[in-house]
Amino acid sequence: MNFDKELNARGLSCPLPIVKTKKSLADMTPGQILKVISTDTGSVKDMAAFAEQTGNALVAQEEVGGEFVFYMKKG
Amino acid sequence: MAKKMAIIATKGTLDMAYPPFILASTAAALGYDVQVFFTFYGLQLLRKDLSDVKISPLANPAMPMPIPMPVMVQMLPGMESMATMMMKQKLAKHGVASLEELRDLCLEADVKFIACQMTVDLFEFDKSEFIDNVEYGGAATFMGFAGDTDICLFV
Repeated sequence: MNFDKELNARGLSCPLPIVKTKKSLADMTPGQILKVISTDTGSVKDMAAFAEQTGNALVAQEEVGGEFVFYMKKG
Repeated sequence: MAKKMAIIATKGTLDMAYPPFILASTAAALGYDVQVFFTFYGLQLLRKDLSDVKISPLANPAMPMPIPMPVMVQMLPGMESMATMMMKQKLAKHGVASLEELRDLCLEADVKFIACQMTVDLFEFDKSEFIDNVEYGGAATFMGFAGDTDICLFV
């Protein structure tokens, strides 16, 4: 999947993946896609919750070799 | 209009310092307008230097210990510093942010910190030991914001 920016959140625990996602989205324009890579199992539910509450769209997610990859479309 | 969250932080130990900062930074990331009111021992979390924020195994029976430790041993000199060092190592190993980092993230996200003026006077704290981004006020100041929040927590 294409993306405009990538956030490496490997090794970070709650709430850093969410807080850093928010910060990464700040200087992006609506419609752009942020790819987030996390190793925090809690981020699977949290990223969905973040999207739901902030008006951004979690357009895709996958688990690759123990890592969680999210594609967040800025709303 | 943005949702609002208010937290009253009353504890100054390492374990109890995390919840206010984690919740405040997360809520801010979710678009909440957040204020944290630091009172009593919670004021220790506003110090520029947070190295004195510690955790004690004493009277803290739920704290997971690597080996069972009788209370008589827990009260020996140096045990608190040792427990604090071990806890900090564990937090770092698991990628949990330091208190300083979480606090900075809160400030960066415009979380407002209010220090209880009464407690500052009571314990004769020196304001110069606290970080700059703090407002000083009393319970009524806090209620002005807390009365209109979606989430209000006492930690």
